[in-house]
Amino acid sequence: MFAYVIKRLLSGVVVLFLISMSVFLLFWFGPSEPAQTICDNDTSNRCTPARLEVFRENLGFNNPWYEEYGTFMKGIAVGRDIQFGSTTVFECKAPCLGYSYRTKAPVFEEMKTRMPATFSVAIGGGLLYLALGVPIGVAAARRRGTLADKALVSGFLVISSIPYYLFALLTWLFLTISWEIPLFADTGYFPVTDNPAKWFSGMLLAWCALGAFGCTQYTRYTRGSMVEVLGEDYIRTAKAKGLGANTVVYKHGLRAALVPVITIFGIDFGTLLAGTIFTERIFDIDGIGLWALQAVFQRDLPVVAATALFGAVVLIVANILVDVIYSILDPRVRLS
Amino acid sequence: MTDESTASLHEEHDGYLDHEVALPSDSAAHVASRLDPDAPPVLSVEDLKMYFPLKSGGLVRRTIGHVQAVDGISFQVPKGGSLGLVGESGCGKSTTGRLITRLYKPTGGSMQFEGHDLAKLSNREMKPLRRDVQMIFQDPYTSLNPRHTVGTIVGAPLSVHNVVPKKQILSRVQELLEVVGLNPEHYNRYPNEFSGGQRQRIGIARALTLNPKLLVADEPVSALDVSIQAQVINLLQDLQKEFDIAFLFIAHDLAIVRHFCPEVAVMYLGKIVEIADRDTIYSHSHHPYTQALLSAVPDVKQAALGGRRERIRLEGDVPSPINPPSGCRFRTRCQYAQEICAKVEPPLLQIGKRHKVACHFAGELGAHPATPVTADLLGVDDQGSPSSKVTATPLITGPGYEDEWFDLKSKQLTSA
Amino acid sequence: MTTAPLRPGTSPDLDHDEPLLVVEDLTVRFPTQDGEVAAVQNLSYSVELGKTLGIVGESGSGKSVSSMAVLGLHDERSAKISGSIRIRGREIVGLPENKMRKLRGAEAAMIFQDALAALHPFYKVGDQLAEAYQVHHSSASDRDARRKSIEMLDRVGIPQPDQRINDFPHQFSGGMRQRAMIAMGLINDPSLLIADEPTTALDVTVQAQILDLLQELQREFNSAVIIITHDLGVIAEMADDVLVMYAGRCVEYGTTKEILTHPEMPYTWGLLSSVPDVTASTDARLIPIPGTPPSLLNPPTGCAFHPRCTHRDKVPGDLCFTDMPELSPAKANAAHVKRCHLPDPDAIYQDVVLPEIAPDLVKDNR
Repeated sequence: MFAYVIKRLLSGVVVLFLISMSVFLLFWFGPSEPAQTICDNDTSNRCTPARLEVFRENLGFNNPWYEEYGTFMKGIAVGRDIQFGSTTVFECKAPCLGYSYRTKAPVFEEMKTRMPATFSVAIGGGLLYLALGVPIGVAAARRRGTLADKALVSGFLVISSIPYYLFALLTWLFLTISWEIPLFADTGYFPVTDNPAKWFSGMLLAWCALGAFGCTQYTRYTRGSMVEVLGEDYIRTAKAKGLGANTVVYKHGLRAALVPVITIFGIDFGTLLAGTIFTERIFDIDGIGLWALQAVFQRDLPVVAATALFGAVVLIVANILVDVIYSILDPRVRLS
Repeated sequence: MTDESTASLHEEHDGYLDHEVALPSDSAAHVASRLDPDAPPVLSVEDLKMYFPLKSGGLVRRTIGHVQAVDGISFQVPKGGSLGLVGESGCGKSTTGRLITRLYKPTGGSMQFEGHDLAKLSNREMKPLRRDVQMIFQDPYTSLNPRHTVGTIVGAPLSVHNVVPKKQILSRVQELLEVVGLNPEHYNRYPNEFSGGQRQRIGIARALTLNPKLLVADEPVSALDVSIQAQVINLLQDLQKEFDIAFLFIAHDLAIVRHFCPEVAVMYLGKIVEIADRDTIYSHSHHPYTQALLSAVPDVKQAALGGRRERIRLEGDVPSPINPPSGCRFRTRCQYAQEICAKVEPPLLQIGKRHKVACHFAGELGAHPATPVTADLLGVDDQGSPSSKVTATPLITGPGYEDEWFDLKSKQLTSA
Repeated sequence: MTTAPLRPGTSPDLDHDEPLLVVEDLTVRFPTQDGEVAAVQNLSYSVELGKTLGIVGESGSGKSVSSMAVLGLHDERSAKISGSIRIRGREIVGLPENKMRKLRGAEAAMIFQDALAALHPFYKVGDQLAEAYQVHHSSASDRDARRKSIEMLDRVGIPQPDQRINDFPHQFSGGMRQRAMIAMGLINDPSLLIADEPTTALDVTVQAQILDLLQELQREFNSAVIIITHDLGVIAEMADDVLVMYAGRCVEYGTTKEILTHPEMPYTWGLLSSVPDVTASTDARLIPIPGTPPSLLNPPTGCAFHPRCTHRDKVPGDLCFTDMPELSPAKANAAHVKRCHLPDPDAIYQDVVLPEIAPDLVKDNR
């Protein structure tokens, strides 16, 4: 298993390399010029062609792209110096993801401050996916074909077919604005170390929106997987042994039914950790997703590249973890 | 059933009847296929080998061994005849079928077919020959694409090989469906609308589309209900006669092989241990494994006599083909095994007009010799150690039968 | 056989002389969207301790459905069961689930066809055996259950059972898995064992090992065994009595010797004639049963077998098309019943069928 993980990590590094290069090239050859943005920004919109040329030269836009890409990669490995405008030189320590063009702050430092918010959203939402979806799915599977099951399945299908951003927006509009429920009044991220209660109430609405929306899908996954497993021969064997209905369903059924659900969950959770743009935007949570969104609008190349790389890292790690968990759940899978 | 009663059946109660009932070809009683000893071989396989590499785990995947699925087998399939290949799961019989249809490229050996060596051809050179070598698969539920109509499935080989103009494909498909006893009007139905037996007929029609000279049938009836198995076996017998197709018939059911194949080869762990005509295999087999296999088959007739007949118990499981036993591969489960069996591999020796066996102690059940019959031939003593007293005789191990063979009684080469 | 198997119509005394298992007039129906499917109809049989009943039939004949009803394994919501099933004189049709559960695996156990699918892939073999033991021995400690599992694996001939209990089912060979399945079935010493196609997925030499083992264990435990199969050869070797099922009904029932030497139902003839035999003369003919098994949703009128029957022209009038034949005793042996309108089926079998399928046996039988 160890060798397998190492091998997957190595291939993950290759993937990261390719992603970093694509992001870099997209901006390099992209339609808008980052130097122009910074020049406008730094000179309060009095950017002359001469000044622009200085920015270009200092940011390395006059060098060939591969040379600059090399500098960028070298920065991640050992750090580098970055010069904006004509005078200011910033020292950027490894792992250097560059300095934000807008805030002139090191990207990596800023990312660290934003991670707790995103992780809070992701962990709470992800737990709700499972905590709500799996039990409801099991209950539906045990009553498959009944009216209650059919009503639940079709109701949840309706919810899943609403676009998530609309669902989240409506949640916010009704719970916070129209009905003014006090519990949901104060949304946003407050550091858990400062005031856990405030952190909790700030996150609650985001968790509810994510959880309520996501659990409909997990109900369907669990129900489908469970219905299939309950038809397996080994379930009949378990019944023939004289085991009670709950032992049959949970010990013999759910254990097997969870395997595909966990696989999907691993990927979904990775996506949540990489930043939920809609959730953070709507509920005003200053996390990675919101940061990435702003950076795209402001053509803040280093931040965009950093958030893209971060997403890739999280997804690759999530994938490897899923495979490891899979091999623990199902003894037939040997990772080699 | 007479033709008359068949006709009336169809008229009066069409609602309950399947189209297949109306065909005299498969409701007629069939006797077992007969052997034509003079037929020239259509396929001649010599020293065929298939080793699947076994990769290690870890960072660098090295080949750490081989699964010796098929290890040096030789046989011939006569033109228009059928050779049965029997053995238990894992003996390499299905791999052999897949090698002949070139679903795998063999590790070694040759497969002479119509002047070509199928083992050496590239996939591109193989393409025109695929028309002549077709395969029928075991599972009629998974071997047909559920999203294609029967017409598409059966007609696909025609369009792939550009045999007939597009417009004539349909009529050829209908003709084929009729041949295998299905209603030709059903060409636009999907496989799930047919029963298991009917699906197997569709698979057979697909295999027949290009008028093959050799059909590899891999367990063609084992997934079917008993009453349907006989229908399909009879259909295959009819088709064989009508189109002069040679069969390599792979099955684990010894009774069905006996009915369909005048010649049978028994495989164990990648090797042919005995090959002979039907009577010899089923009544005078000389290999302990063949004898054990036959004695294990439950027998309906026993009830009339009462009780069970004495059977040879084989203990344990088949050893791993990754690391097979030295010498004779059956020795670990053989009650006659002696020292020589571990040291020297017994050659597949011709001991009768149409009978070859690979055993140092070959003999009929209850009459296995006490000393190895092969020792002198191989130039070893009775324990299998090299001997200076006798010199090894060069052995003929071709795929076919020779006019002279080694007589077990006289230990001399004799001829008929 | 000392006592004749229980016939339908004869009312059994509810005393302790009754055979271990008595099934009377069992009917199992499944409502579906297209209508009600009668998977088993009016089935009656009995099995005594120490005896083996073989149930033969094709897929869809109701042989598995009927025996799953004996263990109460059908979903109450989807199966309608009527008739009577008694184990040791105790009625189990309509028994509440909590009482039925105590019976399953303890009084009556079942082993299934495909042991790879029937054993849970995620749990160790030993744990699955121990679970089966502990559910009926609630006072047994984990260590007792483990010891019992090792003992049972050893009993069914698995080498190094103390190590193999830690293996998962996929690490066993096919024959070993079926042995483990048998060990699990017998771990609570049930008086009734139902084996549903126990050897169908196995190679012949392994099949022979498993059949030997089942016979040996039956002698040792003196249990009643029902063996469900499509293979008449297995029946011939294992069973004392045979029940042939077709389209959900019993079509022939009697002692094995009687049924296999003097079959009186054309379907049984068909089964005998459509299966080649390793020892038969090569002059024997393979005569298939034409057509396919009927749909249970829309069964044929009259005798369910008539659309495939090649002897129905020997029955006067339209009886086969209009009337379902009753189970009636054979002329020579009242303990042998068959469902057929033919006036003298044994004569037809000896004169017409046997010469075709087993020319070498004709003289022996007369």
